Amino acid sequence: MQPATLTLDSLRHAATRAGAADVASSSPSGIRCRLPAWEIPTLADRLAPLGARCQFLAAADTRATGGDFTLAYVFAPPQLAPSVTVLVAVPAGTARFASLATRSFAASRFEREIHDLFGLVPQGHPDRRRLALHQYWPEGYHPLRRDAVPRTDFVDTGEPFPFRRVEGEGIFEITVGPVHAGIIEPGHFRFSVEGETIVNLETRLGFVHKGTEKLFEGLAFDRAPALAERISGDTSVGHVLAYCQALETLAGCTVPARAARLRVVLLELERIYNHVGDVGMIVNDTGFAFGHAHCFRIREELLRLNERLTGHRLLRGAVVPGGVTGPITTARLAEAATRAETLVAEFAGIARLCLDNTTVLERLQGTGRLTEQTATEMQVVGLVGRASGIDADLRRDAPFAAYAETGVNVSVYGTGDVWARTMVRLDEAREAARLVREAARLDAPGAARAQIPPLTPGAHALGLVEAWRGPVWHWVVAGGPSTLGRVKVVDPSFRNWPALEYAVLKNIVPDFPLCNKSFNLSYSGNDL
Amino acid sequence: MIAGIALAIVQVVIVGAGAPLLVGALRTLKARLVGRRGPSPWQPYADFRKLLAKEAVVSTTTSWVFRATPYILVATLLVTALVVPVVTVRPPLTFAGNIILLVYLFMLGTFFLALAGLDAGSAFGGMGSSREVAVAALAEPTVIVAVFALALRADTIDLGRIVERFGGEPWLAANPAHLLAFAAFFIVMLAETGRLPVDNPATHLELTMIHEAMVLEYSGRHLALVEWASAMKLFLFMTLLANLFVPWGLTEPSGPVAVLRGLLALTGKLALLTIAVAVLETAVAKLRLFRVPELLAGSFALAFLSLMAVFLVR
Repeated sequence: MQPATLTLDSLRHAATRAGAADVASSSPSGIRCRLPAWEIPTLADRLAPLGARCQFLAAADTRATGGDFTLAYVFAPPQLAPSVTVLVAVPAGTARFASLATRSFAASRFEREIHDLFGLVPQGHPDRRRLALHQYWPEGYHPLRRDAVPRTDFVDTGEPFPFRRVEGEGIFEITVGPVHAGIIEPGHFRFSVEGETIVNLETRLGFVHKGTEKLFEGLAFDRAPALAERISGDTSVGHVLAYCQALETLAGCTVPARAARLRVVLLELERIYNHVGDVGMIVNDTGFAFGHAHCFRIREELLRLNERLTGHRLLRGAVVPGGVTGPITTARLAEAATRAETLVAEFAGIARLCLDNTTVLERLQGTGRLTEQTATEMQVVGLVGRASGIDADLRRDAPFAAYAETGVNVSVYGTGDVWARTMVRLDEAREAARLVREAARLDAPGAARAQIPPLTPGAHALGLVEAWRGPVWHWVVAGGPSTLGRVKVVDPSFRNWPALEYAVLKNIVPDFPLCNKSFNLSYSGNDL
Repeated sequence: MIAGIALAIVQVVIVGAGAPLLVGALRTLKARLVGRRGPSPWQPYADFRKLLAKEAVVSTTTSWVFRATPYILVATLLVTALVVPVVTVRPPLTFAGNIILLVYLFMLGTFFLALAGLDAGSAFGGMGSSREVAVAALAEPTVIVAVFALALRADTIDLGRIVERFGGEPWLAANPAHLLAFAAFFIVMLAETGRLPVDNPATHLELTMIHEAMVLEYSGRHLALVEWASAMKLFLFMTLLANLFVPWGLTEPSGPVAVLRGLLALTGKLALLTIAVAVLETAVAKLRLFRVPELLAGSFALAFLSLMAVFLVR
């Protein structure tokens, strides 16, 4: 599963050799330490041969307490366990830090985001174009600095984003979006094509930037779940669970066993309805309306099941800091599990019918191929990664909630095409139904919610959840005893969007929607 | 003379008024086949009413071609309605060689629609036009060859007389050449009218469209005319298919009874064809764009075999 040489001890050893201080254990599969800013590349180079790369990078404005900005790095293998969290102080005066962009693709994107939002300059970064903010944001205005005064003097000068230009005979550009013909989220896609063949695609997102991370600042921790549930509507449970887990780790609160099992039920129900809908959309993009109509009928039944269980079709309001609340705590889980199993079995039948149709299969196989090598280099995560041969699933590799009790069978395909991504969804929907059944079987009477003790200002923790798209990260820093200082959110979409640009290369323009649908990444979760 | 004009009017009214119902019925049927309730078959009429009441937005970068195209399209199809034997074996515009006129009338509409797609200068219009012209270039020869296979066997290149000949001697139709031509023409009909597996008329994905991409810029009454024209094109292609290959029920336009009988026969044949198209569209996915030439080459091969068979099986 992981390289044999990568253990907590080898991580600790590498960190110490790189000059880390305050090395301590932070979780059963993780350690944390502090490191001088300029030593980060050294540490990255020591960890690379072990298979651990930068998976997460967040900044926090801690000038009020320490006089510096703080960067939090997480180095880990694709399975995200074992991991080392490294805290680095960046002096407010220079506001510069050493870039890992040439060592880790994920880091290069985090660094661009930090450059936009905090004004910290990643030195040695080859691509310092804006990522999170658009061109019309005033120069020198970095909204996540604590002393940033909200500005309203935004003037769109029409300055274009510096897209890569492809030139040559017969090359022309197709610009699509941000407003689309269908009812989907806004994103701009710039294709350079030769006839119908895509030779380059550049994606420009950020149109639904809502200042989510700024909204978390100073929020009471028990009011934040409502915000977390709205980061990406289809991943309500994934985000709120990641947030709650981070908060619970931070506060040292143990969640009752019953709540952990109910959380499995909720997360898996979310996985099922999304996978069912996605397969319907993929099949619809091949023009096969039959699969679409039936998948959406089944999805509707699933949403109604969600509503009966939690009072909300998207399962909102059930996961809270310390446990689980609401109608789900008194629901008859065995019945719900039976219903979910029936619907998933029906879905599997429909999916089989679609995949047995050669005209559908012909469109799926070989389309939008993301090779294992590209996926590994781009540090692709979640179900897209599993379709490209990356065997990683947090539910198995670093079990949270009650996944250690239930066990998880992870489905991995090697072809990396639209077909593989469809198959992963099909397998995972079936496995999710089994997990709901298993969690319902384990469910025993007891408390479903624990009290959260007062928070220690400045304390921080990570919450990691394998949501339906992939790992959701919430890094929570406490502000006061009951308020939040900083919450950094990473939706798997943020990690996987660039991979789409590679998956579509050498495909033809009319196959792009199919590739895009098979990734089905969130715009809202990416733009924050 | 008066009877001729009356027949012309009747024929144009049948095509013009019946086309939206055909499209609506096809949609309803497809919805039922996938388990949805779907819109009423009368929905296209309501859509036209809505569109006619709306403002027509025209891009400032367009030329007269963009504005004229909807009218040219409708005009060419209304003229085509006079050439095709719809309810009798004597279409109002009947003369030797009207097959060729028919093919070029369809082509004229396609030509202007492709120009209009390019006119606004958007990437989608250009994409749609280039795809449409590629498909049309591959489909057009098949139409001619398939119809000529019939013409050779009927010893006339007058559409009405072909129908009359096969209607009078039905055993002529029980022939492999006839079936091959039918298959070829059926495939071409799907391609020319933007149906699955060549084009998906129900899609909202601008990057996959062929016909719809060309007309993306149209709105209001212009869009209504373009939609009406494409409904009529479907109606006429299906009518050709029905009457050329299954010519029973059509007679000389001897009076209202003959016309009515022709209309009933046509309704029955179109209903069967509509069911066939709906079932086919439900059973297949859209072909990858680069596979479309293979399908059309196949249909051309069928048409060509049919033509050859006329000489071999004589």
